[in-house]
Amino acid sequence: MKTNDVLLRNVTKVVVFIIFLFSLHLFLAGHYNPGGGFVAGLISAGAVTLTLIAYDSQTVRSMLNINTIMMTGVGLLFAVGTGMIGILTGDPFLTHKFGHVDLPILGDTSLHTATIFDLGVYLVVVGVTLTIIQTIGESD
Amino acid sequence: MIIITTVLAIALFMYSASIFLYLYRILKGPTTSDKVVALDSIGMNLVAIVALLSMLLDTNAYLDVILLIALLAFIGTVSFAKFVEKGKVIERERDN
Repeated sequence: MKTNDVLLRNVTKVVVFIIFLFSLHLFLAGHYNPGGGFVAGLISAGAVTLTLIAYDSQTVRSMLNINTIMMTGVGLLFAVGTGMIGILTGDPFLTHKFGHVDLPILGDTSLHTATIFDLGVYLVVVGVTLTIIQTIGESD
Repeated sequence: MIIITTVLAIALFMYSASIFLYLYRILKGPTTSDKVVALDSIGMNLVAIVALLSMLLDTNAYLDVILLIALLAFIGTVSFAKFVEKGKVIERERDN
């Protein structure tokens, strides 16, 4: 039986962007407000899961061709790399640097290397969740 | 202030009573679709309860939770609906 999911597909096209924006907001707000890399990663994986449900796994793979296992590895590299910043400057492992930087367009911005560690957490969470979902979804 | 607290407490009581009625529908629902719709409605009631609680506790730290519960309820309901209709949530290749 042929089905036509016009409603589901069009709602998905709109909602996925809202979910990604919400995830970006949670990721960047994690230092001062509730949120952080873990929740942001889970919500991004939820957005990809919604496209997986509305379309099929081959279409999603042609939309965003990401090796999720490689993504997990890159996230772990980010986490270890921010730890190495402390070692290279003579401080203990995982000592974070922070300060105010004068960026060209954004002006005076407070930057912290814990954000890069959080980016690693984000990539690991997205990679592991999508690996689990795609592996289970494609097994017959 | 005492009026606001009383009104919020009454609203919270009514939403919890509504959740118990939905629980009855989940337990007794004749078909799977009844249970899925009841679960989705419980999610929406949880959104309302979190909003009321954040008003009662006088904080806006829970406002992200509201959007999160709504998104999760939507994704969960869509996946349940696809499972009920096709028997498979994630297809490998689509024929249309």
